[in-house]
Amino acid sequence: MLTERRLNILVLALLLAVPLWAWIANEPFTITLATRAVIFAIAGVGLNLALGTGGLVSLGHAAFFGIGGYAMGILASHAQAYTAIFEWPVMLEGTKSMPIIWLVAILASALAALAIGALSLRTSGVYFIMITLAFGQMFYYFMISWPAYGGEDGLSIYVRNGFPGLNTLDPIQFFGLTFVILLLVLGLVTRLRASAFGLALGAARQNEARLRAVGIDPYRLYLLAFTLSGAITGLSGALFADLNRFVSPTMFSWHTSGEIIVFIILGGVGRLMGPVIGAALYVMLEHLLGGVSDYWQIYFGAILLAVVLFARGGLIGLLVGREVAHD
Amino acid sequence: MTEAPVLSLREISKRFGAVVASDKVSLDLRPGEIHALIGPNGAGKSTLIAQIAGTLRSDAGAVIFEGRDVTGLDAVARARAGLGRTFQISSLAMEYTVLQNALLGAAGQAGAAFSLLRPVMKNRILIEAAEAALEAVGLAEFRALRTDELSHGQRRQLEVAIALTLRPRAFLMDEPMAGLGMEGSRAMTEFLDRLRQRAPILLVEHDMDAVFRLADRVSVLVYGKIIATGPAGEIRTDPAVRRAYLGEEDA
Amino acid sequence: MTFVLLAEQVLNGLQFGVMLFLMAAGLTLIFGVMGLINLAHGSLYMVGAFAAAATAAATGSFLLALAASLVAAAAAGALMELVVIRRLYGRDHLDQVLATFALILIFSEGTRWLFGSFPLYLDIPDALSGPVTLPFGIEYPRYRLAIIGIGLAVATALYLLITRTRIGIQIRAGEEDREMIAALGVDISRLYTLVFALGAALAGFAGALIGAIQSVQVGMGEPVLILAFVVIVIGGIGSVKGALVGSVLVGLTDTLGRALLPAVFGLFMEPSAATTVGASLASMAIYLLMAAVLILRPRGLYGSA
Repeated sequence: MLTERRLNILVLALLLAVPLWAWIANEPFTITLATRAVIFAIAGVGLNLALGTGGLVSLGHAAFFGIGGYAMGILASHAQAYTAIFEWPVMLEGTKSMPIIWLVAILASALAALAIGALSLRTSGVYFIMITLAFGQMFYYFMISWPAYGGEDGLSIYVRNGFPGLNTLDPIQFFGLTFVILLLVLGLVTRLRASAFGLALGAARQNEARLRAVGIDPYRLYLLAFTLSGAITGLSGALFADLNRFVSPTMFSWHTSGEIIVFIILGGVGRLMGPVIGAALYVMLEHLLGGVSDYWQIYFGAILLAVVLFARGGLIGLLVGREVAHD
Repeated sequence: MTEAPVLSLREISKRFGAVVASDKVSLDLRPGEIHALIGPNGAGKSTLIAQIAGTLRSDAGAVIFEGRDVTGLDAVARARAGLGRTFQISSLAMEYTVLQNALLGAAGQAGAAFSLLRPVMKNRILIEAAEAALEAVGLAEFRALRTDELSHGQRRQLEVAIALTLRPRAFLMDEPMAGLGMEGSRAMTEFLDRLRQRAPILLVEHDMDAVFRLADRVSVLVYGKIIATGPAGEIRTDPAVRRAYLGEEDA
Repeated sequence: MTFVLLAEQVLNGLQFGVMLFLMAAGLTLIFGVMGLINLAHGSLYMVGAFAAAATAAATGSFLLALAASLVAAAAAGALMELVVIRRLYGRDHLDQVLATFALILIFSEGTRWLFGSFPLYLDIPDALSGPVTLPFGIEYPRYRLAIIGIGLAVATALYLLITRTRIGIQIRAGEEDREMIAALGVDISRLYTLVFALGAALAGFAGALIGAIQSVQVGMGEPVLILAFVVIVIGGIGSVKGALVGSVLVGLTDTLGRALLPAVFGLFMEPSAATTVGASLASMAIYLLMAAVLILRPRGLYGSA
């Protein structure tokens, strides 16, 4: 019988097997597609912590994706131009080292999520959706009007950043790196969901009054979830920028926010692997439909509409049914 | 009267527009007692419970809990201070198992909600607290059931179990017998009878048999005002109460 | 900055605000009555603009173009409601967001397929072209002044519709209590379609009016949609009055911010840096306004508590 656990393992195995096959068959483009799917999956897993587990429908996660991207873009552009980011009060230089870039991306997006969350979580429901959307858009317009880092044109990074001991320019090695990060993020989120924090967060989504009655403040819980969620999505943004060796304000576009939600719904809301399956499906559809028609988004829109209206559990829901309560 | 009350309401009021939902209500809950709050529908009982629990802010008056003024505290802080409430309409995490709901209370009580990485299902202390509470209300065998599969009565029991995990120093119970049926009501009555040893109970209840069997004292709320407070025997015969409330039902 | 230039910017802000109101009023009504968040409202704005541009190109009449925008957007809105939206009323906000996001993809790509990727242009009619001289020697484009007038007229008409007519009473009843209006014997599903088509018509009308100032292109509705959300957050969900006040506030803040902030920073910074910092901050001004409102009044200026 296909249980959710078996499905999860199967999906991860496929996600690993396809690029390995492509490597042997010398199909680097397929590896790049798989890497794209893995990076989108990380973004989705991040959002799913807030949206799936906590019920916070954020339509502004592009902000964190973009901040992660620009963390990479700004640090690497200074490093490649041999200029300092600023010289006062302390000298701060750019870097081409992935681990440092990731750290900066995580911290910066967590900070932004903390600030946006602190404001947006004063409201709920449809207000929350509109406010997160608006704050995301604020970053988009800011990056367009701020000329220092390319403005509307964005920034190109000529050589992919480095990771100790790896040749990141080799597609399969870069894929491996992103895949390991996905596994680590999945591991972290699994732990979070199984903790008392995860239990309380899920309860907040189901019934806030219950949570208050047991002496737990939903606001603080949501804020922490939103911050962690933003940090994970920020990390994926840094990876995405490195995949393309390019960042632009499009990363901040609200379409990006919408797409991250789409990964979640295609796979299954609130499921651990929902965004992973959804992101893989999205990249496949994008590639296949894009090959059929220039107007592939019409078909994609129709598929999305059908999933929302008729298959609410996403692909996981179709395959293994309703989530089993764990004891 | 020798012991100081655990909980006192001092002239608390709440109005919604032109409607006065509670009007200078004063009330004491003493150690070891069950104090029943009765009154016709729409008398403002649930409003009062919400004001005590902190989900509704009073317009005037004070709530004193264990000698401390908690009027300015919100529902979360009052729960942490030791007020355990059950809801009139079951307020549970329906997608969770029965055990998970009880664990939620145990985690709240232990202040563990921000423990991020330790698996809660392997936290012996919390699990034991949750299981003990389920055992106490007779839900132990249903621990692995999804909450939305419970019967109405079982949900009421789970409400009480969660309140138990909080180890509160006063219970606020809004109609714990509602929908329980004969057998369930009797079991719950026996249970509450014993529970008063652990902490006093402010009980809102419609089941008059249960009220007069359990309550040490009864307060009668009509149109937001307390019209009588006293030992159950006196209230039963109080002419004003009979006129305003019991009389209507008996007639 | 001289008084005349400032007055001109204030009028620009007002004109922008009035257009935002046409978008926000429909959105807030739809949310207030049906409890639905509709991301595809910007698509209806686009439909109106394209219908107007196509009609103007075929007939050369601006009035016919405006009429076409109203009809096309209302029809598209009614169709959208009948086929998709009415399945979403009982659903949670996530489903509404995703389904209407899907509608955006379909509408945008469909329009690109029909009209191509190049922008269309809608000419200002001769009668409204050129400047007009206002008191104090302010010269202002006649067309933009007309937009302000039209917008205020629509706001007044909407106010009368909601306060004075049968349908308005039903709309207000729908905002108060959904079961109540069913009990009153109102055909709810017809009322919903009607409100949705009304909101759509307002959006399409705004699209056509703006289409003559800017170019008509795919995706033109989305920036306006997001600003309309900001307006609603500031004004309070469901409140048409809040939408009006919020629209004017947002319109003025954005326009004056862009005009004044670079000059303000120019007082103590070198000109090129002042332009940069001023422009960047101006792009954030309305969001900062929204944040301020959120801190002071989380339910918006006219939202119910």
